[in-house]
Amino acid sequence: MTDRSLFAKNPSVLIFLACLGMFTLGVTVFSEAFGSGLISTSFVKTLGKTLCLCLIALAMDLVWGYTGILSLGHFAFFGIGGYMIGMWLMYERTRDIIVTSMAGQEIPPTESEITAAIGNQIFGVVGSSEFPAIWAFSHSLTLQLILVVAVPGLLALVFGWLAFRSRVTGVYLSILTQAMTLALALYLFQNDSGLRGNNGLSGLQNLPGLDEVPQSVVSVWFLWASAAALGLGYVFSAWVVSGKFGSVLRGIRDDEARVRFLGYSVEAYKLFIFTITAVIAGIAGALYYPQAGIINPAEIAPIASIYLAVWVAIGGRGRLYGAVIGAAFVSLVSSWFTGGQVPSIPLGFYTIDWVDWWLVLLGFSFVMVTLFAPRGIGGLFDLWTGHMAPARHGQDLGPDAGSLQEQEADQ
Amino acid sequence: MSTLLEVSGVSVSFDGFKAINNLSFQIGKAEMRAIIGPNGAGKTTFMDIVTGKTRPDEGRVIWGDKSVSLLKMSEAQIARAGVGRKFQRPTVFEDQTVFDNLLLALKKDRGPLPVLFYRRSAEDVDKVHALAEEIGLTDQLDRKSGELSHGQKQWLEIGMLLAQEPQLLLVDEPAAGMTPEEREHTTAILVEAAKTRAVVVVEHDMEFVRRLNCKVTVLHEGSVLAEGSLDHVTSNKDVIDVYLGR
Ligand SMILES: Nc1ncnc2c1ncn2[C@@H]1O[C@H](COP(=O)(O)OP(=O)(O)OP(=O)(O)O)[C@@H](O)[C@H]1O
Ligand SMILES: [Mg+2]
Repeated sequence: MTDRSLFAKNPSVLIFLACLGMFTLGVTVFSEAFGSGLISTSFVKTLGKTLCLCLIALAMDLVWGYTGILSLGHFAFFGIGGYMIGMWLMYERTRDIIVTSMAGQEIPPTESEITAAIGNQIFGVVGSSEFPAIWAFSHSLTLQLILVVAVPGLLALVFGWLAFRSRVTGVYLSILTQAMTLALALYLFQNDSGLRGNNGLSGLQNLPGLDEVPQSVVSVWFLWASAAALGLGYVFSAWVVSGKFGSVLRGIRDDEARVRFLGYSVEAYKLFIFTITAVIAGIAGALYYPQAGIINPAEIAPIASIYLAVWVAIGGRGRLYGAVIGAAFVSLVSSWFTGGQVPSIPLGFYTIDWVDWWLVLLGFSFVMVTLFAPRGIGGLFDLWTGHMAPARHGQDLGPDAGSLQEQEADQ
Repeated sequence: MSTLLEVSGVSVSFDGFKAINNLSFQIGKAEMRAIIGPNGAGKTTFMDIVTGKTRPDEGRVIWGDKSVSLLKMSEAQIARAGVGRKFQRPTVFEDQTVFDNLLLALKKDRGPLPVLFYRRSAEDVDKVHALAEEIGLTDQLDRKSGELSHGQKQWLEIGMLLAQEPQLLLVDEPAAGMTPEEREHTTAILVEAAKTRAVVVVEHDMEFVRRLNCKVTVLHEGSVLAEGSLDHVTSNKDVIDVYLGR
């Protein structure tokens, strides 16, 4: 029983990677840019975005499904990741445009004139033209990429340290994370936050310097990048939860006091997993928003993080593929319903319009899953593998029969 | 014999009710001690104080050669310092296998990074198997511990306690739910452990206590009522009145 390789211990990782690879290949083959064009560019983007949502769902599963911390703030980290990459995209592209348009002038523009023009262009909507201090690194892709992981990571580290150190748990912790998200969203809504207030950052789908590359191609590139990130995230998560570390996490979820009495510093573990998942969320956001094209503070609103919890619950928390399935399934079905493509149901006295009623349906499904199928969609795989927990109704069988499985004892 | 743990003048009250009242207690490095007393005497609360779960209102808890105070340490730090505990109600990680439970308890670096990069060595696996052998759970290693019987969970928790290799074992009612043979085996394990380390056993079963063959402390209303050999304390009039005579 010494350690086998990660893949030998978790055959599901290889299956998942194979499915993901086939999916990516399939979409590429049917895309407008590289294949038959059966899948429209906008749908390729939807699928690419869905992969990013699957990645953040993995993070949520690590922190909630495995460690029992119901964070209602991970979409804040996702949004921050998006803002960080968005700053570079917007700055660099605006600069390209300005430099091109100024090139025709008789006197070549000075560097400070260019900067002023970029500032004017970007911040005109909020009545300013000065670059706020937080844009200091926006000229550098490398620095902004570092910020994609550093800002969510640091925020999670500080917030987590304060919260876990004072042993805030359960509902109170959820409320606290929710408050953090709300505070961040409200701050970003202000025009003088330096991130264009409720206008957010836009035009993110255009990659600077690659104007001649059509969106149909860019969309597939991002699909590949998102798939790669999801694949890596999955392998990483599987590695984290499969060994002794995962054992400690599940111990914390089930009985955190007991873990403490074994000598493990529960707070350090929580902080570790909270921070690492915030970083994963940031990366997912940085891949998502260039595909969405726009990011604004509404994306960070508390409701987004609640959706995240709903996806993971419906997919089946405490198993990685459950989180992925939940995010993919619910978000795709959700965009189908809210996209107005689902026919309304006329009841004579009232017409059910799914754009309005979808949320009700989702909420209802959530309640149903929580009550009757706590293992979620992922639980269906147990039926297939026959890997069921014994239905012992919480009772010990007693000293003698206790070592028997229930069905053995029944015989 | 040098002292391993010294508790002196400790009091704690819950909502005005004094659960522990000016309690003093000492135990040496390789000593077995039984604590008996009626329900609500404060036996479990005493263990809560030593392990850092409950903070006393006053008093001192001094540990080890360096005479450090346990009162300033967190539960995890106290456990790492060498205090192991078995709970009154068996608490094991029900969702995990017996093997994983024991591996989790095995004395190893407890920091997040070493644990993240931990790889099972053949040596550790052997240790787990040896422990499983000792607690009679070899055949159950791959079974989820939630599927075990009450007695087996007790065993598993004793195994986890031994896996930690603590200097002080606090054992709260270990024999509850066990058959007579199992009790005998528990006694043997505890007596063996007490040869090299300190063991404090809380137990209601007098037969069990007698077989431990050690000094006995009687608690009543949060303080020590009597202390000495079992025969000595059981012939004490106060003890008969509050505990045995009922
Ligand atoms: N956290 C708490 N809050 C309030 N009262 C408590 C708390 N913990 C213990 N008590 C009270 O302190 C007293 C001592 O309890 P304790 O559990 O230490 O008794 P015990 O000697 O272990 O009894 P038993 O033999 O039944 O296990 C009891 O009256 C109990 O109700
Ligand atoms: Mg007790």
